[in-house]
Amino acid sequence: MRVPLSWLREYVDLPAGETGRDVAERLVRAGLEVETVEQIGTDLKGPLVVGEVLSIEELSGFKKPIRHCFVNVGDANGTGEPQEIVCGATNFQVGDKVVVVLPGAVLPGPFPIAARKTYGHTSAGMICSARELGMGDDHAGIIVLPPEYEPGTDAIELLQLVDEVLDIAVTPDRGYCLSLRGVAREAAAAYGLPLADPALLDVPPANSFGYLVKVTDPAGCDRFVARTVIGVDPNAKSPIWLQRRLQKAGIRPISLTVDITNYVMLEVGQPLHAYDKQRVDGPITVRRAQEGETLTTLDGVERKLAAEDLLICDNSGPIGLAGVMGGASTEILDPAAGPGTTEVIIEAAHFDAVSVARTAKRHKLPSEASKRFERGVDPEAARAAAQRAVDLLVLIAGGTAEAGVTDIAAPHPVRTITISADLPDRVAGTAYGRETVTRRLQEIGCSVAGADVLEVTPPTWRPDLTDPYDLAEEVIRLEGYDNVPARMPNVPPGKGLTEAQRVHRRLGVALAGAGYVEVNNYPFLGEAAFEALGLEPEDRRRRTVKLVNPLNDEEPSLRTTLLPGLLGALRRNIGRGNTDLAIFETGTVFLPKDERTVAPRPAVDHRPSDEELAELDAALPDQPRRVAVALAGERLPSGWWGKGDQASWADAIEAARTVARAAGVELTVRQGQLAPWHPGRCAELVVTGTDRVVGHAGELHPRVVKALGLPARTAAMELDIDLLTADGAERVNGPAVSGFPVATQDVALIVDTAVPAAEVEDALRSGAGELLEAIRLFDVFTGEQVGEGKKSLAYALRFRAADRTLTADEASAAREAAVAEAVARTGAVLRGA
Amino acid sequence: MSAPNKSYDPVEVEALKPEVVEQARDEAIAAFAAAGSLDELKQAKVAHFGDRSPLALANREIGALPPHAKAAAGKLIGQARGAVNQALAKRQAELEAERDARVLVEEAVDVTLPFDRAPRGARHPLTTLAERIEDTFVAMGYQVAEGPEVEAEWLNFDALNLGPDHPARSMQDTFFVQAPDGSADSGVVLRTQTSPVQARTMLDREPPVYVVCPGRVYRTDELDATHTPVFRQVEGLAVDEGITFADLKGTIEVLVEKLIGGGLELRWRPSYFPFTEPSAEIDLQCFVCRGESVGNPDRPCRTCSSEGWIELGGCGVVNPRVLVACGVDPNRYSGFAFGLGLERILMNRHNVADMRDMVEGDVRFTLPFGMEI
Ligand SMILES: [Zn+2]
Repeated sequence: MRVPLSWLREYVDLPAGETGRDVAERLVRAGLEVETVEQIGTDLKGPLVVGEVLSIEELSGFKKPIRHCFVNVGDANGTGEPQEIVCGATNFQVGDKVVVVLPGAVLPGPFPIAARKTYGHTSAGMICSARELGMGDDHAGIIVLPPEYEPGTDAIELLQLVDEVLDIAVTPDRGYCLSLRGVAREAAAAYGLPLADPALLDVPPANSFGYLVKVTDPAGCDRFVARTVIGVDPNAKSPIWLQRRLQKAGIRPISLTVDITNYVMLEVGQPLHAYDKQRVDGPITVRRAQEGETLTTLDGVERKLAAEDLLICDNSGPIGLAGVMGGASTEILDPAAGPGTTEVIIEAAHFDAVSVARTAKRHKLPSEASKRFERGVDPEAARAAAQRAVDLLVLIAGGTAEAGVTDIAAPHPVRTITISADLPDRVAGTAYGRETVTRRLQEIGCSVAGADVLEVTPPTWRPDLTDPYDLAEEVIRLEGYDNVPARMPNVPPGKGLTEAQRVHRRLGVALAGAGYVEVNNYPFLGEAAFEALGLEPEDRRRRTVKLVNPLNDEEPSLRTTLLPGLLGALRRNIGRGNTDLAIFETGTVFLPKDERTVAPRPAVDHRPSDEELAELDAALPDQPRRVAVALAGERLPSGWWGKGDQASWADAIEAARTVARAAGVELTVRQGQLAPWHPGRCAELVVTGTDRVVGHAGELHPRVVKALGLPARTAAMELDIDLLTADGAERVNGPAVSGFPVATQDVALIVDTAVPAAEVEDALRSGAGELLEAIRLFDVFTGEQVGEGKKSLAYALRFRAADRTLTADEASAAREAAVAEAVARTGAVLRGA
Repeated sequence: MSAPNKSYDPVEVEALKPEVVEQARDEAIAAFAAAGSLDELKQAKVAHFGDRSPLALANREIGALPPHAKAAAGKLIGQARGAVNQALAKRQAELEAERDARVLVEEAVDVTLPFDRAPRGARHPLTTLAERIEDTFVAMGYQVAEGPEVEAEWLNFDALNLGPDHPARSMQDTFFVQAPDGSADSGVVLRTQTSPVQARTMLDREPPVYVVCPGRVYRTDELDATHTPVFRQVEGLAVDEGITFADLKGTIEVLVEKLIGGGLELRWRPSYFPFTEPSAEIDLQCFVCRGESVGNPDRPCRTCSSEGWIELGGCGVVNPRVLVACGVDPNRYSGFAFGLGLERILMNRHNVADMRDMVEGDVRFTLPFGMEI
């Protein structure tokens, strides 16, 4: 809602020096969201005056028509002589009153005006267009004023070129503030000033000879006021003040009748519709649409109507979508295109908010009218609004108001709300007292009766006030939120973070500590992502949760894996010249359940049953939490200290171990195979002691790397944190640290290349027995010496006893037992034996 | 060595003559002093203090002396050897110190060489900002609650007093999830706020409830410098006997002081949210210009767009209808709730000009934030 300050002042006598910003500040504190205060005409400087065109000489020989004019500007130029002006526009004639800017003035831009030589003549000023004056973009031509203004009259004042406009974002509960009347009421309350209510008009009572209207759906339309005006001058133009107010409020002037309906809507908040009475065929009926009916609306679009649409009809059928938009067949006619409209029916009705909202949504037709009806219009303003429109048509268009007054009103029960007088105190946590509560409620238009318990009747323009808490809010808001004291609640002792939350934090810290940078990607993806990863058609990850209205039609699905987003971020970084990368992401993936159901919508007037709540959850996909890493380039950089280390499959697996360690879980690594990993460089990550596969890590498949445009050997890991931590971490028992000396023995074993090192190590461990303190693989060697298809694994074994110094024989015996086990399990041969 | 001999006269033994012993002593001390290196000192030691040095030879003669002469001769030699030993030790220490000093100089390196061999990592500032807010509330006794991002419409809207035709429901541009039949009637959406977690918490446990709910939420905005369709909120909820708007104000004031710092004015603006009543928007005085940029074109402020205020978030007293839908007795309990947008707080708290930087995952953006903010 755009509110010109000059217009607002008509209803509230604001202090003279109060600026738009001052008023905005007060309104903001009262709960109106004033988004901007627009300063109009601040860089405008006169003289800008009314001129009368005395002569026009058409100059020829130029590429475009040029006029050499003399204009009477009264005494404004100091001499009283006609002003010589060269002008490029042609939409005016001798005798017209125009707006002239004289040398020394500054137009918005800023654009200083000086006398200059042009097209062989002197041009001492300009004849102005609306655009040049900052009055809106839609009129390229010269402004031709009504003839009554005297030459030399100040046009800045006349055209109200200097003003401030408050742009207010009206929240859904404050529909009444979509009018000057509503905003003025708030301003009056904020300043403690009286309000001159524009809806307080003398209206003749309803009678039986008004235009015939029948309402068959009183639930959809509980009020219908119709008035008629005849003898309207179709050529009458909207006066400047009316046009200017509409322009500043953001509505384009169209024709006098339409401008008047828009003006009254802005003023009192009641949407009006004007019909050409001679084009309406018989009585008006308000009813729901029938299947198959159509209506061509004012915007020229033929709309197929749905049975729920509420219509205004005449004998010919639908002539308007109630509360949304009128029909083309009864539109006010423009005199430029034939005989104009001379008889008008003014409709001021009240339609059901939900019905209007659904119709506007169904036909994708949000209008100024529907916006207001959706948020609630004062049903009691209909009569005044219609009267105001009639008055203006009579005053400006020379019409005659017919005596008939149609007013159909469905009976309205009086809404009263019972509120304990101390409820605002209890909600705010402060003491206002009954008198303040009563006064504040009266200020917003309520009638209040009672003492400790108040019977409150809200005003008709506040359909949002329905329960005691609504009233409490009004009191607290008007008393000022800033005046509510601040206090701390008595929070009972808390339990801190849950174990899962602590794990989530720890693994983020662990990965960052290991040199990974966290990224957050959108979870949206499409088929292309799965293709790039080389997923088989039946891969479960291709079964996704899909959106009805995705941001991008190519990405309608929610992720089932973190990898596409993460690899996208990797590529984006590389594209920006960040070459050595290690990044990670944690977040949920979305896995549809095998059995998909629709979520119920239980009632809200009580707690849903546990069964209903279970049904809600059953309709949701599984949303486990994952962590993933991706690496490319150098993991350890080269430098003056020597060569670095390329990121590899091993780093990806190590990242999984880092995560597992942070979670207090031990991982076993097995050879695996899964897209998008390299089939020979993919590890399957299993929780030790179980068969639970929690993820995969390794080098990406060369085809995937190529498809995604990533560097060769890019590596990645993804694992499911929920699965990883499903058993919880075991509490660590403090180890007994032996003070006896260590005995170190090395052993080199030759095994088939295909034998996993992890198996060899397992065998050595179990064979070595309790004396083994630590084992470390310090070399892997292949080559002629060990034979084709073989590899040599060299281990350092550290033995130690808890209670004695080991003898050389004891250590050797343990080593031999270890080797024997490895030989038995893996076919290893002791190197050098 | 000769055997003891009664008639043996030490005065007659050349090597035990005091002047000879003193000379040997002085020569030894002089030789040590003259040694210019540890090697030279070692040679001097062999020559003057070794097994075959004059003093060692003289010492051997003592054994052959008659008992009455042994003491005097022993004393003479002992004193001389003591002096020599002392001189040797002193010179040894001097020469070692010289050598050490020289080696340390030779071993000097350029400590300004860059050494960035260990890769640096960092956590995303939105993650650590959420944790900082969580920690503030955990310290007050709150718990951290989480919930699903794909959420039932009932929990995202209906339970929060946003009925199917509520105008505010169209204000929130919602991503709808396809139903099994491909239609929009799944009853499931991408949550537009973390409030459904609050509803879940109330449905789940008896009051008192004090929780903060961090998480990702979704609206159908296009990504630009100040909007992102996927963003983060932290919401808080307190439900207990006697909770008031005043409790909300106190709590937010504590949060702001911990998060941004003290001494800044807060502006409580009445607003509208279906799930709270009264509702407020909280504005924080701009901590960069402290409002001095307002109406002052010479001193524009980027942080607050010269508005003087920064929007922190929305809050209010929980609408009793929400309590009812979540099974809480509104006659006994009341509550407050608040919601903060983390992207906006990060922009303000850390002068981030463009929200896209938080989304695109460029490591250059994230690295400076380190492990905590
Ligand atoms: Zn500022």
